[in-house]
Amino acid sequence: MIEVKNLKKSFGSNLVLDGINYQINKGEKIVIVGPSGSGKSTFLRCLNLLEKPTEGEIWFEGELISDPKCKIDLVRRKMGMVFQHFNLFPHLSIMDNITLAPVKLKIQTKEEAKENALRLLRRIGLEEKADTYPAMLSGGQKQRIAIVRALAMNPDVMLFDEPTSALDPEMVGEVLEVMRELADDGMTMVVVTHEMGFAKEVATKVLFMADGNILEEKPPQEFFGNPEHPRLRDFLAKVLI
Amino acid sequence: MGFFEWIWDKIYALLIENGNYKMLLRAFGNTMLLALFAVLIGIVIGVVVAIGKVASAHSKKLFLVRWLCNLYITVIRGTPVYVQLLIFYFALLPMLLKDKNSPLLAGAITFGINSGAYVAEIIRAGIQSVDIGQTEASRSLGLSSFQTMKSIILPQAIKTILPALGNEFIVLIKETAVIGVTSLYDLTKWAERVSSFTFELLTPMLFVSLIYLILVLGLTKLLNIFERRLAKSDRG
Repeated sequence: MIEVKNLKKSFGSNLVLDGINYQINKGEKIVIVGPSGSGKSTFLRCLNLLEKPTEGEIWFEGELISDPKCKIDLVRRKMGMVFQHFNLFPHLSIMDNITLAPVKLKIQTKEEAKENALRLLRRIGLEEKADTYPAMLSGGQKQRIAIVRALAMNPDVMLFDEPTSALDPEMVGEVLEVMRELADDGMTMVVVTHEMGFAKEVATKVLFMADGNILEEKPPQEFFGNPEHPRLRDFLAKVLI
Repeated sequence: MGFFEWIWDKIYALLIENGNYKMLLRAFGNTMLLALFAVLIGIVIGVVVAIGKVASAHSKKLFLVRWLCNLYITVIRGTPVYVQLLIFYFALLPMLLKDKNSPLLAGAITFGINSGAYVAEIIRAGIQSVDIGQTEASRSLGLSSFQTMKSIILPQAIKTILPALGNEFIVLIKETAVIGVTSLYDLTKWAERVSSFTFELLTPMLFVSLIYLILVLGLTKLLNIFERRLAKSDRG
């Protein structure tokens, strides 16, 4: 579904991604872990071209999307993204946050989009928040709405960029619960996170990134049970107390 | 001479003698027209230049656009509006127009071009004050950069832009007082003329100060109403 070939990204003279090759298949749940500054967020943001690759190719559903001629706005409709800081639109109600893109892009009529939004809100138990504004929600609620907003476009893949890192500890669970359900429904997911428990439970593959490279890639049992690379062992020793 | 007689004499000399009140109305109209056209021209130029600056900010292709916008803003903000007016009215306009006596037009264009530079910077700063995450979220949903600007960025930027814009217009109304250097008959010119009849400067000057003050207070009030409306929609 997504294929990354020799992806390089540098900011000025700072090389953040150093020639990554990777393939993500439909239905997979890829969890990416690694120390901060390892390039994992940049890698994720390159997948929907929020960051422009310096070099290399990114293919999505048979299309070379890193090509400047590619109509990226059309591709992004199929790739949902959830951000660390939620990025809900503060001037719009929850309902408008969710229906804005499908309606503006003429994918659904206003009525269809509203119905769909209510169905999604019901699923996460926030139906009664439809007419309130983001400022009135807790962090956990905001992030669940952000997930729903991305889902309203019926994407083929969901990208999560540290979705629980900005949350109070007691709100992490509710967001992970929604993500878990999404995984159970068969959604293809790429998740950058520090939640090792989530990686163990949900991932089909766990990637360890450091210094702009994927140093290890394994199913979770092996990844956590039998880490090979010394950098990964060092990392796990620090995060799994 | 009693106090009321004294007041009456002042008012008579200020407003009634020589038909001064008729001249005052004309002067008031000229100041208002000048400020209004200048504000409108300023907004149009400001919006265009701000869009030019924001759109060309990270583009190599639009280098020339960015360069021109920056040149315009730097030169206009770096020179006195009084000097700009002298250059435009006495040097440039006679080259462009046959009818050399069009001070209102010259004033409106000069103050409009001048204000445009400040308006452009105000709008640009407002747009850039909106968190980059808003753009990223919008673009990641598939909205184009134009749709993102219109539906996500500008509605949020307007809250930063409006108060600063109001400030700019307050400054502009008062700055129009230097238009007297041309032949346009504005409020300040009126006060000068009255003082030349009465041989007394203080009363007419205090009187026009009061008129400027009332204009500015009215504008401030209007802006406060707008701002409160915006704040309301914000909280739902």
